[in-house]
Order: sequence, then C-alpha cells, then structure tokens
Amino acid sequence: MLRQIEGSKAVAEVVALCRPEVICAYPISPQTHIIEALGAKVKGGELAPCEMLNVESEFAAMSVLIGASAAGARTYTATASQGLLFMIEAVYNAAGLGLPVVMTLANRAIGAPINIWNDHSDAMAVRDSGWVQLFAETNQEAADLHVLAFRLAEEVSLPVMVCMDGYVLTHAFERVDIASREQVDGFLPRYVPRQVLDPDEPVSIGAMVGPEAFEEVRYLAHVRQLQALRHIAEVASELTEVLGRPVGGLISEYRLDGAETVVMAMGSVLGTIKDTVDALRDSGMPIGVVGITSFRPFPSESIRAAVQAAKRVVVLEKAFSIGFGGVLSTDIAMALTGSLIPVSTIVAGLGGRPITQQSLASVLRAGHLDELESVTFLDLKRDLIDKELARMSDRRRSGPMAENVLRDVGVIGSSMH
Amino acid sequence: MSADRSPVDAVRPGDTEPAPVRFYQVASFAAGNRLLDPEQRTIQADVGRASSLTSGHRACQGCGEALGARYVLDAAMRATGGRMVAVNATGCLEVFSTPYPETAWQAPWLHSLFGNAPAVAAGVAAAFRAKGRDDVRVVGQAGDGGSVDIGLGCLSGMFERNDDVLFICYDNEAYMNTGVQRSGATPPAARTATTEALGQEPGNPFGQGKNMPMIAMAHGISYVATATVADLHDLEAKVVKAMSFRGARYMHVLVPCPLGWGAAPRDMVRLARLAKECGLFPVFEAEHAQITGVSKIRKVAPVEDYLRLQGRYRHLFGSKETGGSPGRPDIVARLQAIADANIAKFGLLDEARSDHVLDDPVDHRSDGGDAVDHRLDSGGARLDESAPERVRRG
Repeated sequence: MLRQIEGSKAVAEVVALCRPEVICAYPISPQTHIIEALGAKVKGGELAPCEMLNVESEFAAMSVLIGASAAGARTYTATASQGLLFMIEAVYNAAGLGLPVVMTLANRAIGAPINIWNDHSDAMAVRDSGWVQLFAETNQEAADLHVLAFRLAEEVSLPVMVCMDGYVLTHAFERVDIASREQVDGFLPRYVPRQVLDPDEPVSIGAMVGPEAFEEVRYLAHVRQLQALRHIAEVASELTEVLGRPVGGLISEYRLDGAETVVMAMGSVLGTIKDTVDALRDSGMPIGVVGITSFRPFPSESIRAAVQAAKRVVVLEKAFSIGFGGVLSTDIAMALTGSLIPVSTIVAGLGGRPITQQSLASVLRAGHLDELESVTFLDLKRDLIDKELARMSDRRRSGPMAENVLRDVGVIGSSMH
Repeated sequence: MSADRSPVDAVRPGDTEPAPVRFYQVASFAAGNRLLDPEQRTIQADVGRASSLTSGHRACQGCGEALGARYVLDAAMRATGGRMVAVNATGCLEVFSTPYPETAWQAPWLHSLFGNAPAVAAGVAAAFRAKGRDDVRVVGQAGDGGSVDIGLGCLSGMFERNDDVLFICYDNEAYMNTGVQRSGATPPAARTATTEALGQEPGNPFGQGKNMPMIAMAHGISYVATATVADLHDLEAKVVKAMSFRGARYMHVLVPCPLGWGAAPRDMVRLARLAKECGLFPVFEAEHAQITGVSKIRKVAPVEDYLRLQGRYRHLFGSKETGGSPGRPDIVARLQAIADANIAKFGLLDEARSDHVLDDPVDHRSDGGDAVDHRLDSGGARLDESAPERVRRG
C-alpha cells in the first residue's frame, strides 16, 4: 500500500509484518522512531504474542536477543553509532553463535567529537563481525530489505544488519509502498532454528573452542557468508517478483553503458550521485554508477563484472580508516586485483556534512581526467586545519582540538546544517 | 541398602541380643542422608537426580563452585520437573564445564559473554513467554565478577524489569579464572594478584566492595537469598523456594576456591561453614526487600579460625614466612569488628542459646553442620543500621 510516511515508520510497519517474537532496544538517535513505533504496536496488542524489552543498554539489547534467538524466537533490534559500539562484544557473539538476529542500523558518526549526524563509521566498525550488512539507498529499499533480511538471516543462520542513513532516510517523509501481510507471509516462512535451547533435547551452546577447531569454526562462518552471497541474489529476485518492484540484491547498476569512469558508493548518497552523473552524461562524459547494497558479504565478482569495461573507479565513501584511507575503496581495490583499473577514494559526508551536486561534479570531473589524488576529502576546509596545526606547533598546551576548530568556525554547535 | 531402614538402631549380625547402636548427630544433616526421613534427604540423594552438571568436568579438586552449581541446578531441575534452561557467564564454571566435546551439561545450556548472562537469560525467558511456553524456567549463573562487576548493569536491568529469571552468583571473592585478581566482592585484607600483601594496608583495602544481596534487595524483587556450600540442604531448599516465585530472583552463594583462597581442597566446606559461623558471611533470605529469615550461628567462631586456614590472609599472622613478624593483629581486629557488626545487624545469634560465646573452643573439623530447623525468623532485620566500619557484608 502506498503511503506518505517517515522512513523509520515505514521500517517499523514492515518489521511488524515480519511477525517478530522478541524486540529489544535501547534508545539512541536517530533510531528512536523505529522502536517507538514498534513499541506502540506491541503495547497495543497488534503484535501479540511479541515481547518487547526496554533494557538498560545496547549491550543488554543484543544480549537479550542472543538469548531469545537461541530459544528459537524471531528477534529484532535497532541502533546507531555509539550504541552499536557499546553492543559490539555481543554483536560479534551473535554472529559467532550463528543467531539470525535482524538489526536496523540508522547510520551515524562516531565520537569524539560527539556528533549525531549521518556517516558510515558505525557500520564500518563492525564489518568484520560476521554480520551480513545491507545498505539501503531509499526508504522504499530500506523497508523492503527488512523482509529480505529476516528470510536471509534465518535461511543461513546469520545475523543481518540493514543499514539506512540516519536522518537522511530515517527522518525523511516520502512515498513508500508498504508490502501487504499476504505478500510478507507468503515470502517469509515460520522460523525453524538450526539450534535451540530445548529441555526435551538439551544441547550446550557457546562452549569453549581451542586451537584445535577454532579456525574451522571461523572458516564455516566465512563459508556461510559466501553462501549468503548467492542467497541474497536469489532471495532478492524472488522478493522482486512478489512485490512487483526491484528489491536491492548485491549491487545496483546505473548508466554503465560505455562508462569509462564508474562511481561506487553505498546508501542514500547514491541519489545525489545519480543526479550528478545525469548532468555529467548530458555534458558528454562517459560516466556511470555502481551502488553496493551488500557490503558483507562483499560482492567482488559482481563488482568485477560491472566495471570490466571501465578505465577507472572512483569510490565515494562516508567513512575512512584513520591513518590509511578508504575502507570501501580498499575492498573494491581488492576485488579488482589484477584488473589494472585504478581506484581512487573520495571521503565525503562525514558527520552529516552535506554532499552537494556542485562539489561532486567538480571532483568527478577531476576523477574522469585522472587528476584525483588517491584519497580526496570533499569540501575539506583547509584553512581550519592549518590554523589548528599552527596552534599545535606554536605551543604545547594548545587546548582541545575540536573546541579550537569550532571557535575558528565561529558557530556554536552545528546549526548551519 | 533399604532407604527406609530405621535410622536410630541397628543389629549386629551374630549377636545373640540386639545391641543398640547409638548414632550421634541424629538432629544434624551431617549424619548422612541414610539417617534422615525421606523428605529431609537432599535432592542429590535421589537416584533420579538430574546431574545437570555431571562428572568429568575440569574443576579443581575441592572447587566450591562446582559443588554449588551441581546442587543449585539439580534443585532447580527438580523444582521445574526438568523444564529448565541454564545461561552461563564466562568464568571458571563455563570454562571447566566445557570445552567441547566434553560438555558436562545435561540441561540445555547457553554461554554468551562475561558481562551479559542476566540479559541473555532474560531473553531466553522472553522467548519462551512469547511462545506460550511458561513451563520452561530459566536460571542464570555467573561468578562474583560476572555478577557484581562486569555483569552488574545487566543484572540490575534484569531485576528492575522483573524478568522471570533466577540468577545465581557463585561468589569466590575474586577473578579466579584469570589468576586471582581482585573483584568488587573481594573482602578487605585479602591478598589477590592485584592487591598484593604489601605496604601499610596489605591486601584488599578496607572500605571498598559491594554488598550484592543488599543491592538485589533494593530492587524490591520477590526473593533474595544467601547460602554457602557448607549447608547444602539450605542451598537446595532456597533454590526450590526461589523457583516457587515468578519474576526476578537472586541467590548469592559463597563458594570457597582452593586456588584463590590458598587453602587445602579438603577445607573448602569447612571454610564455607566458618565464613558463616564467624559472622563474615551472613546467611539469610529476603522477600520483597524484607529479610524474612536468617541462619543462626550455631557456635560462634573467631574470625581468626577462618582466616588462618587461608593463604590469602597469611600476611595477617606471624610465621616463618613473615620473618618472625608479629603479623597484623590490628587488621584481624578490624575484620572481627566487621563480623561482629554483621552478627548484630542480622541477628545471627540465637538469643535462646547461651553456648555460643566467642572463646568457645569449637572443633569445626568434626562439626557436622547446622541443626535441622536453623532457619529462624529474625522478625525482619532492619537494613539501615549503621555499622562501625563500612563493610561489604555488614
């Protein structure tokens, strides 16, 4: 059913259709609207017999779901940023135990300095945890990916994280076609766990594993992630058929015909990139876009196939590995090993910095002419950097960095955004 | 052997006349299950016991935690008719009872992390509730570190939400699994690897530490109890009672550790008994934030009797190891004051008895244990009495 709806509410509607049995979360912006909407549904009896636990931390939230999932329940949570970092030990644990928890990650920057706006640093911090990580480009995709997430998680016994850009998507009102109960019920079978805490058939779950078998258990996690690559493609095409609209699979391709330069990115920024690419195409530049929906497992083969005719790849990402460079671009470069296609990185949109078409067009033009450095920071205010570096070399006690920079900006807080 | 044999008299084969054999301590559980009425026998004495934590695990000789866990879980299994799931924090119990494939767990068992067992247990309970399976009950368990320190946030949350979980803290008063480091449950003056017996105030400082049973009571949950592995009837009875409640419940079980306490494995039960009999570890139960019963001290022991058996307190006493020094009678006196404060605060002495004076020579090695009906109603001890020193259990 078509609705004009906030992204968070759309996700809550779809999660509710998936019949979760235990929901557990701890509030953090910008995830709150999702759990508030689900809380109302549980409280009002709409989701009965679903249990919702309001816990004291994200660490507890994921831990509750580990217990609930091991007892055979379909489980859901949502978090963001610091919340994800606070639950990280349990995030790894859920994956290691092979428990199909589904989590929405309302992507947000990580402090310090504290910042509530969108980037992808949080998702990147858990990329090696063993979770499947899917990135939504639009609220429609975010909603549909949750249906896919439950099916995928339970089929391969792996937890799945649906990443949607905080505020940009979670708080945006737009048209979303919400799946019907019949469509979801037909697509998502009842959860039958591979392992379950059952007094009639007692098992030990979570035993210690020493050097004699640890590598094999970890390798099995890798194998199941690689199986998930195939599953994602299959399940996405099945859901596409059920819903009658495209549902993101491994990657999405846009105007790749004859593209010499291919821009790659994840999440909502793909919209801006596509608009910019349209304009550049109009001016005669052979440029196209690959959106990466599945970040883990990483679709190396699909990426290779998509860019085999390209001359260069420009990766735009909302995170970076401090002291090195791009995160996504490192993975893409690895996927393209042996192809001789150069990969350059644009770091953009950190902590909610707007990514404008104007800035994008100029940096992509430079990219197309092979004039980009290997890592470019979009719209970096060099004068602020220089001032602080000068202060630091002037005197030992130069004071707190973030506060110094803010003073130079002359704006208290970030109200200009 | 017939289980119904008369407990008091026996006939020697070959005797012309029945010579009465006198059994002593018939009023004590320590005389053995054979001599008790069937309803007074331990659950362990039942051939149908669950053996939830079965043989073959890798606990140290004399491990108090292994003993406690077996009695606790089998009692919970009995109380639930075998419909029970156990959730375990990381720690000695988790490590020695696995590694796979040598799991010692006969009940469904889940280990996730060190600090999250109460939340995991709450999740298991929520799942069974959502599935309409209210026949299956959940027991969570952790050591003192997993309960009072790293797990306290999750434990408090589980109490506050009144999740339907019985949580057991097996308290051996330090991080034994990692090599005897200090925890928030380590008593004053105890030597650990991170509170060495050095300096002016050797061992763990006074004035620190948490009283977890009181913290649990402050949440207003339905049932809180302490127990030791010296009185296993009491331990079992409290588990059975705890399982008669719904919602969050907490038991704090003192489990001596041969490694961490520096004491002989054969002395573990004796030490648990002395901890209670000297007043350092009050054994009581509470419902809805009110103390409803205390285990009276049978024969008061001076704290020195308890301390001297343990290497972790060796620095308090003069010996060859301490170079003929007089030890630290001042510190022993401070510990005695804590014990005395506990005795006063919890009403640990039975006023009707006069034989438990401090200097009463008590041979705890042969002391069989507590009288059968030792759990007298204290009439509700007040929790706000001021103690002479800020103490962990006082």
